Amino acid sequence: MWGYLIRRILAVIPVMTVVAVVVFLILHLNPDDPAAIIAGDQATAADIENIRRQLGLDRPVYIQFFEWVARLVRGDLGSSIFLERPVLHLILERVEPTLALAISTTIFSVVLALPLGVLAAWKAGSWIDQAIMAVAVLAFSFPVFLIGYGLVQGLALEWDLLPVQGFVSITEDPSRFLAHLVLPTIALGLVYTALLARMTRSTMLEILNEDYIRTARAKGLANPRVLLIHALKNAAVPIVTTIGVGIALLIGGVVVTESVFAIPGVGRLTIDAVLHRDYPVIQGVILVVSGFYVLINLLIDLTYTVFDPRIRY
Amino acid sequence: MMHSRFGLAKAARAALVAAGVLAAAQAAPVAAQSTLKVVVHADLKILDPVWTTAFISNRHGLLIYDTLFALNSKLEPMPQMVGKHTVSDDGLVYTFTLRPGLKFHDGAPVTSTDVVASWNRWNKRDPMGQRLASFTSSLEVVDASTFRLTLKEKYGLVLETLGKSTGNLFIMPERVAKTDSGQQIKEYVGSGPFIFEQSEWRPGNKVVYRKNPDYVPRSDPTDAMAGAKIAKVDRVEWLYIPDHNTSLSALQAGEVDYFEAPPLDFIPILERNPRIKVIDIEPLGLQGILRPNHLYPPFNHPKARQALLYMVKQEDYMRAVVGNPKLYKKFCGAFFLCGSDNETSVGSEPLQKQDFEKAKALMKEAGYNGEKIVVLQPTDRAQYNAMTMVTIQTLRKAGLNVDVQAMDWGTVLSRRANRGNPYESGYHLFHTTHGGPGTANPVSNTWFNSRCEKANPGWACDMELDKMVEDWSRETDRTKRKAILERIQTRAYETVPYVPIGQYTQPIAVRSNIEGVLVTNVPVYWNIEKK
Repeated sequence: MWGYLIRRILAVIPVMTVVAVVVFLILHLNPDDPAAIIAGDQATAADIENIRRQLGLDRPVYIQFFEWVARLVRGDLGSSIFLERPVLHLILERVEPTLALAISTTIFSVVLALPLGVLAAWKAGSWIDQAIMAVAVLAFSFPVFLIGYGLVQGLALEWDLLPVQGFVSITEDPSRFLAHLVLPTIALGLVYTALLARMTRSTMLEILNEDYIRTARAKGLANPRVLLIHALKNAAVPIVTTIGVGIALLIGGVVVTESVFAIPGVGRLTIDAVLHRDYPVIQGVILVVSGFYVLINLLIDLTYTVFDPRIRY
Repeated sequence: MMHSRFGLAKAARAALVAAGVLAAAQAAPVAAQSTLKVVVHADLKILDPVWTTAFISNRHGLLIYDTLFALNSKLEPMPQMVGKHTVSDDGLVYTFTLRPGLKFHDGAPVTSTDVVASWNRWNKRDPMGQRLASFTSSLEVVDASTFRLTLKEKYGLVLETLGKSTGNLFIMPERVAKTDSGQQIKEYVGSGPFIFEQSEWRPGNKVVYRKNPDYVPRSDPTDAMAGAKIAKVDRVEWLYIPDHNTSLSALQAGEVDYFEAPPLDFIPILERNPRIKVIDIEPLGLQGILRPNHLYPPFNHPKARQALLYMVKQEDYMRAVVGNPKLYKKFCGAFFLCGSDNETSVGSEPLQKQDFEKAKALMKEAGYNGEKIVVLQPTDRAQYNAMTMVTIQTLRKAGLNVDVQAMDWGTVLSRRANRGNPYESGYHLFHTTHGGPGTANPVSNTWFNSRCEKANPGWACDMELDKMVEDWSRETDRTKRKAILERIQTRAYETVPYVPIGQYTQPIAVRSNIEGVLVTNVPVYWNIEKK
């Protein structure tokens, strides 16, 4: 187990190196010019040239790359060329909204999707199954922004129940923190709920046809015990994988949801940096998020051993 | 149906109250009575308004810094920080005295030394400041509150330059103003009516300003940017909400008070809402422009640029970009905006009537032979995108071979600054806008600047025109100035630095309890109160 862990952690180094090189080259080999954006719409060519020189963007790409790598090795992700603030600081500022939304969405989805998926599998072919799957298909098919606007129109504007937009830190006001999370969680969570419910149903259906389930039923075990203890635990591996990948995607940033609800999370930081060609921020976010993906995948792999004793590292 | 809907709403409300969520959500606006929440048009990223020309940075500057002069509603420069000033009989020596009681946000008094240092930094970056500097013999401190400008020769735009409403001469403490003009300042201490709360600044989300309790406003009444600047709210919060629909919903729900640049197609929705007021704060408005690249064929030839004048029908553009006829002028042939002191239609005949045959003939004279015309299309900017769509259609109607290159605005900004060949890294045509008093003046109208490689992207090059602009700036007699201006415009319609494609306004929208919004061409937040 420990050997496996160390091997996996060491494997992070080449992965991150490839990510770093690819991201740097993609950004710096394209003809875009952050100096032109920084200078503003009314800037003269001389203004733009001056800024380019000050930012060091006029130097050869390989020099810029080695400087960046040298800083990276020291744990310094660099500074935003627009804000002149450390990239790590900018990312940390955005982590709370993103984490909060990721956690609330995951809880919402898991709490709804697992029972619905199990129920659909148990009642496979019945109207209950068909109704659950129809709703799942609908939820999965609707774009998040459409669900978001619908929720805002209904729950915020018509009924005046919840705020339209924004984010309040949990340390500032826990109640308002929750109030601001409700709509984005539902908008984003419906898609994940649908995905997870379908995954749970299909996996459960497979498990429910296994011989040992038939044996359990023959022994006279009650349905809840068969479903939850014997079937669901054995169906957990693909479900946990889906949940884990979902969390990683949510942490990576959900640009549309963050934009529709004006949540200042990692997704918006990324898209904003891309639109402004803020290279150090883009590079920093991608590196951090890639590292997170690797970590989540490792955790998913480790949880397999809990649900399936046959898996050993 | 309604009954059950409200019943459901009640049940949901009860559930949320029980969860402690609703009370909190609804309590928030009450607690913020004297906070003006503004949805701004862009995210504030650069805090040095002298270093960048970005509008949002300029608006940040207007809140926290004060200026020596400011424009009144007639666009006349009026003293702001200056208490009194005198001009020598020969018009060469200007002596200024600061108003008493001016203080920076750190409590230090504003002195002439601060003014001179700020001036010397600003005039290295701002085009109008640079032009004034070229006429300046010396700028010196006389005493703590008096400073003197001595000119080499008469210059007609001294006070206009000091009082303009964009690219302002913002007065900073000397230690800050000593920052190299090529570097951004690191300390944001002004003497304006609001104080920047740096600890609450969340880039990409929120900027907070607090009322400056020590600000001493002028005693004369507020008149556009001039007169008393009285902060009537305790805080101004700028919120950056990238999604326009969300901004609209937030205004409708009362979560924000002020929507700075609502998309023009939202205006009818906003006007129908009794809780919202739509206000036009830009009497001069914006001018859309079609900018040719003067470096490469065919638009390096004046005949090809003149051909564009015959192709463009302003009303087509305005219908596509604005829609609502109340918000645009059917035709405006003035390079320096209709409604300004410098309005004239002299020379604009080619733009008044679309004539594709004439345009084709001129293109032929310019040597155009069906080569591709590269047009930059920013698909993420609604107004610029609409302008570009009209241009594409118009050019095709005129028989031009159009190569549309769709991209985001950031790429357009990068690409348009590239002097390379249009078929490799450059372009032939792009759109942008400008407006307000800065556009209304041949010196500060940066897209009109025809100083070749020193001009804005597109690099208009006509030193004869530039010489005329310089003559205009020297002239202090209004009648003579008017005559020079007409010659400038006649020349401009021959060499065509850009094509004006129409003039329109961008109203703001506020909640109905907001009073005191000033008609200033640039949004400012003093004088505004929440009733």
